[in-house]
Amino acid sequence: MAFSLTEYAKGNVLAVQEYSILSWRGLTNLFSQPRYLGDILQQMDTIGVGSLPIVILTGFFTGAVLALQSANSLARFGALSFTGQLVSMSMVRELGPVLTSLMVAGRNASGMASELGSMQVTEQIDAMRALGTDPTRKLVTPRLTATMFMLFFLTILSDLVGLAGGSVIALLLLRLDLNEYWTSAWQTLRYADIFMGLIKPVLFGFIIATIGCYYGLSAKGGTQGVGRATTQAVVAASVLILAVDLFVTRLLMVLLGPL
Amino acid sequence: MMSEAGHNGTDQQSEKAVVFENVSLCFDEQVILDNLSFELDHGATKVFLGVAGSGKTTVLKLTLGLLRPDSGRIFVLGQEVTAMREKELFELRRRIGMVFQESALFDSQSVEGNVAFRLLEEKVPEEEIQRRASEALRFVEMEQTMKLFPAELSGGMRRRVAIARAIVSNPEVLLYDSPTAGLDPVTSTTIVELLIKQRDVYKTSALLVTHRLQDAFTMATHYFSPEQNKMLPVPRGWDWDSKTSFIVLNDSKKIFEGDAAEIANSDNQYIKEYLAL
Repeated sequence: MAFSLTEYAKGNVLAVQEYSILSWRGLTNLFSQPRYLGDILQQMDTIGVGSLPIVILTGFFTGAVLALQSANSLARFGALSFTGQLVSMSMVRELGPVLTSLMVAGRNASGMASELGSMQVTEQIDAMRALGTDPTRKLVTPRLTATMFMLFFLTILSDLVGLAGGSVIALLLLRLDLNEYWTSAWQTLRYADIFMGLIKPVLFGFIIATIGCYYGLSAKGGTQGVGRATTQAVVAASVLILAVDLFVTRLLMVLLGPL
Repeated sequence: MMSEAGHNGTDQQSEKAVVFENVSLCFDEQVILDNLSFELDHGATKVFLGVAGSGKTTVLKLTLGLLRPDSGRIFVLGQEVTAMREKELFELRRRIGMVFQESALFDSQSVEGNVAFRLLEEKVPEEEIQRRASEALRFVEMEQTMKLFPAELSGGMRRRVAIARAIVSNPEVLLYDSPTAGLDPVTSTTIVELLIKQRDVYKTSALLVTHRLQDAFTMATHYFSPEQNKMLPVPRGWDWDSKTSFIVLNDSKKIFEGDAAEIANSDNQYIKEYLAL
């Protein structure tokens, strides 16, 4: 029993080590030749442009429901006019980055894990190494760069669409003045809020791509293994995003001062 | 020159294409290779025979540095693979071609993309890529499939494309992992003919892993005739060296090394049984 426990611990430590090495290589490859610009652009298209519909939809509905819920609470204090402020603060600081990342994690961490996993179990990864090409350069770095870069812009879009969703509710259901909604939404934001809201997607993009690639590259045991890797990648990426979010939020609050 | 890379072997090791010195490898508790040593001369072919699970494929992966041994040293083209970092290995691997058992073609790329992969990586000019890719595909008689995808090809065709991908950059050493496994006899013969053609026309050093004895013997007893563009049996009384020798692996150990005549006359009980299969 004690034996298997050590084995288990060893296995986990080894996995963390391998994940860290992969992440480190994925990042540092960017600073040396060869770079695969074509692959980066292709991944940007898949991850960025491909995720547009779901990001816009989730952003819109999140903003809308946020306006609805907060208006309900604010009305009790006679503070309905603060709806714009509340939607904008919540969207920009928290919900925009987190929900966009969770959506992209569901869509792309799984995509990466299944694609690289299939390549792994059919020896295509070995074949690539045998052909003198580093798979971390050709496969991991483009995905990592593209996810970090595109998630940043997807989050901005999601924030904006979320505010728009809130404004639709404010106008149609709450009968608020649109001008007032947008002005208060805009004026309440400070640089610290925007900084916090835009540093998160870069971190989450890193998590999505490295987790997706790591589970893909360590897939074993045929199609079933690929399926398992895909599921694990989405679960691990989502949980990690939410956990890291808490710590990053707290850290940034300390660094940027009380709000 | 010798100290440049820092991993160069002695003169004796440099004279050989591949050298294994007391190589052992275990996965967990299981012994995969036990103290294997052999040398492959330039231009020669070494055939590894053995039942499934005897560690044959591992030999090829160790040669490429895809796996690392627990102990022992491996030299390829005069460089010590076992002392090189993954980064340095990529350079060396460009001088070696490998044909994987299940072909391992990139399924998201066309046949042409697969064959041209290494050339694209080396930033060879566009026209030259075209020319060399079609040349390699012509060698395996698959030129007409250039625009197709691996999924549209039969097993034998995929194997031939894999050979084209391995030879496109004129490697100095070729590694074949059971290139005829799971193919019908006619297709198998075509593949073996390609291997013989590569050996006799381009004089490439090669390690061939197979469990099909007839392929191994065909390799040793046939030569390629460029005039007739096919392989022919070596006539009796010809003073001709096929440069093809055999190693038999059993239970992760080397139990035999020698040429075709020696293996046929071996006294070893296991080899006799193996030959009789």
